[in-house]
Amino acid sequence: MLLRHTTAKEVDRKALTVNPAKTCQPVGAMYAALGLHGCLPHSHGSQGCCAYHRSALTRHFKEPVVASTSSFSEGSSVFGGSANLLTAIETIFTVYEPDVIAVHTTCLSETIGDDLNQIVSKAKEDGKIPDGKRVIYCNTPSYVGSHITGYSNQVAAFIKFFSTSTPKKRNVINLIAGWMEPSDMRELKRIAKVMETRTILFPDMSGVMDSPLTGKYDIYPKGGTTVDEMIATGDSKFSIGMGTYCTQDACIKLENKCKVKFEVMEIPIGLKATDRFIMSLSRHGNVPVPDSITDERGRLLDLIADNSKYFYDKRVALFGDPDTLIPLVEFLLTLDMKPVYIVTGTPGKHFDEAMTEMLKERVPEAKFRSGEGADMFRLHQWIKQESVDLLIGNSYGKYIARDENIPFVRFGFPVVDRPGSNSFPHVGYVGAINWVTKLLDVILDHQDRTCAEEKVELVM
Amino acid sequence: MLEYLQDREKQIVTKGKDAHDVEGGKPSLSGSVSQRACVFCGSRVVLYPIADAVHLVHGPIGCASYTWDIRGALSSGPELHRSSFSTDLREKHVVFGGETQLYQSLVELIDKYQPKAAFVYSTCIVGVIGDDVQSVCKQVAKEKNIPVIPVMSEGFQGSKKDGYKIACDALATLIGTDESLDVSPMSINILGDFNLAGELWILEAYYKKMGIQILAPITGDGRVKNIQNAHRAALNVVQCSGSMMHLAMYMKETYGIPFIKVSYFGIEDMSDALYEVAKFFKDEAVMDKARELVKDQLKNLLPALEPYKTALTGKKAAIYVGGAFKAISLVKALRLIGMKTVIVGTQTGNTDDYRLLKTICDDGCILVDDSNPIELSEFVKQTGADLFIGGVKERPIAYKLGIGFCDHNHERKMALAGYEGMLNFAKEVYETVSSPVWQFVHRTSSEKN
Repeated sequence: MLLRHTTAKEVDRKALTVNPAKTCQPVGAMYAALGLHGCLPHSHGSQGCCAYHRSALTRHFKEPVVASTSSFSEGSSVFGGSANLLTAIETIFTVYEPDVIAVHTTCLSETIGDDLNQIVSKAKEDGKIPDGKRVIYCNTPSYVGSHITGYSNQVAAFIKFFSTSTPKKRNVINLIAGWMEPSDMRELKRIAKVMETRTILFPDMSGVMDSPLTGKYDIYPKGGTTVDEMIATGDSKFSIGMGTYCTQDACIKLENKCKVKFEVMEIPIGLKATDRFIMSLSRHGNVPVPDSITDERGRLLDLIADNSKYFYDKRVALFGDPDTLIPLVEFLLTLDMKPVYIVTGTPGKHFDEAMTEMLKERVPEAKFRSGEGADMFRLHQWIKQESVDLLIGNSYGKYIARDENIPFVRFGFPVVDRPGSNSFPHVGYVGAINWVTKLLDVILDHQDRTCAEEKVELVM
Repeated sequence: MLEYLQDREKQIVTKGKDAHDVEGGKPSLSGSVSQRACVFCGSRVVLYPIADAVHLVHGPIGCASYTWDIRGALSSGPELHRSSFSTDLREKHVVFGGETQLYQSLVELIDKYQPKAAFVYSTCIVGVIGDDVQSVCKQVAKEKNIPVIPVMSEGFQGSKKDGYKIACDALATLIGTDESLDVSPMSINILGDFNLAGELWILEAYYKKMGIQILAPITGDGRVKNIQNAHRAALNVVQCSGSMMHLAMYMKETYGIPFIKVSYFGIEDMSDALYEVAKFFKDEAVMDKARELVKDQLKNLLPALEPYKTALTGKKAAIYVGGAFKAISLVKALRLIGMKTVIVGTQTGNTDDYRLLKTICDDGCILVDDSNPIELSEFVKQTGADLFIGGVKERPIAYKLGIGFCDHNHERKMALAGYEGMLNFAKEVYETVSSPVWQFVHRTSSEKN
C-alpha cells in the first residue's frame, strides 16, 4: 500500500505537514492573471517558482502556460531584485509583447523587501513601459495564506489597477469568479446570456485555459476578460462575488473605489447555491427567470428524485479549497448524503463557521479542519478510524482511495490523472446534473464490482 | 530573423549555416519565459527516488506541493518517497526563524516513519532568514541515531544543474558510512538512472545476466544502506552525465573508483553500456555473456522495429530536453527508426555538449540552448517537424501545433531504456506521429487559410 505508514491513531503534530491540502500563493496569482486577455503573468523570484507553477497548471489544464520570471540569482538576494524586474519589464515588452504584465511576488522577493510600487514607478519613469501597455502587481508571499489567497490578491489587483468609474453607471453586473474551471466560467456566461443580463465576468479563463486545437500556437489565446471590460467594471451597478475567499476582497475594493454595491455568495455548485445565484442575477439584473432555466432546475430535481435512494446516508470525505467545499457540502446534504470529514489547507474562519452551521444538526459527528495541521494525512487517519462511502478531492486522493478501496470523484486543483475537469461544468443546474451522474457512476460502479454475486442487479 | 532571437543569437546555431558554437550554460535573462527550473528542483529530483528515506522540504508549502510524487520513480519496496513532507513555514517563522519548526518537524517525522535516513531540503527563504539547517540536522541525527542530511538547495543560488551538484554532495556524506553488505568483486553502481517506468529493473536484469552485481542504484529504487556501501563497488557506471558526474568524480578522488559514461537509450548506446562494463572487468566470460545477450535481444528487436522504421522514414523530429547526453542518444535512436532530427535543444547543456551534438546532427538542424515556447514553436513551423520530444511544459505546445509528442522526461509512461525500451520508444513515436487526430487539425487550418 502506498500510504502503508498511515495509522488510525492520531498523534498530535505541532509542526510537520504531511501531504498538504493546499499549495502556495503565487500559483493562484498566476492562474487568475491568465484570465485577463493579453496578460503575461510574471513571477518575481527564483526561476524554479515560475517553472513549478507553469508545470502545475499545465499538468492540470493540459494547456501551454506562458509566464516569465525575474530569474533571481545569489546577487539579487543580497542587493534586491529591483534590477532584475526592470530588465524583465524591458525584455518582456520587447520579446513577448503582452498588453499587461501582471507581476506577483514570491517568498524570496518579499523577504528581501522588494518594493514593487517603487520598482514599477521607476520603470515608468525610465520609459520602459510602452504607451498603452500596463504593469500591474500584487503581493503573494508564499508563507501567507494559500494558492486561494494568491488568487484573491490577483483579482483585487485587477480592481486596483483597472476599475474606473465615470459619472454614468451602466446596467451591467460584474460576475467575479472564484477559483473554478474554464468550463464553469463558460457555463456562467451561458446562464447570464439565457437570462438576458449584461454581465462582465472576471477573471475569465475560458478560451485561455481550454483553447481549441487549431494547428497554431498563440501565446495569448482569444479568451480572457479584456482590459476595456476590466476598466468598465467601475461603472457596473452591482457585483456578485462567487466565493468568499477568492472574491470578497475584490468586491470590497471595488465598492470603496467605484461605489459598486456587491453581494458575496458561494460558487453556484449544487441546487441551493445555484438558486441563490439565479435569484441574485434576476434581482440585480432586473430580469425574470426564463422558463428554460426553470426547466433546467426541474430536470435536476427529477434526476435527484429518481436516484435519492442511492445517495441516502452515504458517508463522504472531502478535501480541497474552501470556496468550493462549502457549496459542495451543502449540495451533498441536499442529496441526503453525509459529509463526515472535510479538510482544507487554506486558513480562514469562514470555512469553520459555514461547516458548523451546515453540519451541526444534520451530521453532528462530522469532523472538519482548516489551515495548520489540516492535511491529507489527517483526513486519511479519520477515514481509517471509520471509513467512508465516497472520497472527493484532487488527484492526490487516489492513494487513499486505492489503499482503502473507496469510490473516488476527482475535483479541485490539481486533477492531473483524468480529463474532464476542464470540459464539463460543475456550476449551475447543468453542473449539478453532472455532479449527480458523476457521483452515482463511481458509487454504483463500486457496488456492482464489490457486492456479492447474487446481489448484482441489472436495473438500478 | 525575428527580433526576439537577436539577444540570443549565440545560443542558437543552424548546422551547415552558422560557424559558431552554441554558448551553453548562460544564465537566463530576467523576463524570459525560460523552461528552466531552480537549484532546489535539481536536488529534489535527484534524491527523491531514495525510497526508505524521508525527504523533508524546509520552506513554505509550495516547494513541497509542486514536487510531490511528480516523477514516477518506482520502488520495489518502501514508498516513503511518494509522500510529501513540509515544515510549511508561515509568516511567524520568517520573522522569528524556522529552526524550532524544523527541529520539531524532523523529530515528529522520524518518530512516525522510522526512516533509514532523512534529507532536509533548504529552500530560497531559508537561505535568507538564516536558519542554521546544518546544526539542526546534526542535533537530530545524534538524538535519533540516523543520518540526517542537509541539502543546501536554496533556489536562487543557480540553476537546476547546480542543484544536481548539491544533491551529489549530500549523497557523498552518506557514501562510505557502512560496510555491512556483501560485495562481489564484479560489482558496479549505477549512477543517474531514476527508475522511471521501471527502467532500472531492465538494466539490472541485463547486468545480472552478465554476472555483474549492482551494488547501489543511485538513486532509482534507491536504498540508504546500498548508498552507504557504494564506495565498495569496483566501477561506477554513469548515465545522465549532467546530474551525476560530480558524484562520480568525487568517488574517484576519494575512493579510487573509476567510472564510465554511458547511455541506455537506443541499441548502439545500450550495447556499448554493456560492452564497456564487460571490458572493464577484463573477463572473457563476462564479455561473452554480454555479446550473447546483445545478440539475443537484437534477434527479436530488429525485425520488430522494421515496420515502425518503414512508417516513420523521412519524418522529422524536434528535441528539447534537460540534459545534452539524453539529446545525443535521442538523435541516434531516432535515426535508427528512420527519423531525422531538425531541432535539438537543452536546458542545461554546455558549449562542449553542443559541439558534440553538432557533429552527430544533419545539416540544417537547429541547435538551441535555454529556449522558450515562442522560439520552439517558431522553429517547429520553420522546419516542419512531425514530432516533438520534451517534458511537461512542451507537450501542450506540440499538440496545439498539431504534431505528435513523446515525453522523455518525468512523465514517460513506458520504459524507454534498454532494448525493450527502444521498441517502446518506436511504438510511442509511431502512435503519436501517425495518430489520426492530426489530419483533422491540418484540414481545419488549411480551410481557414
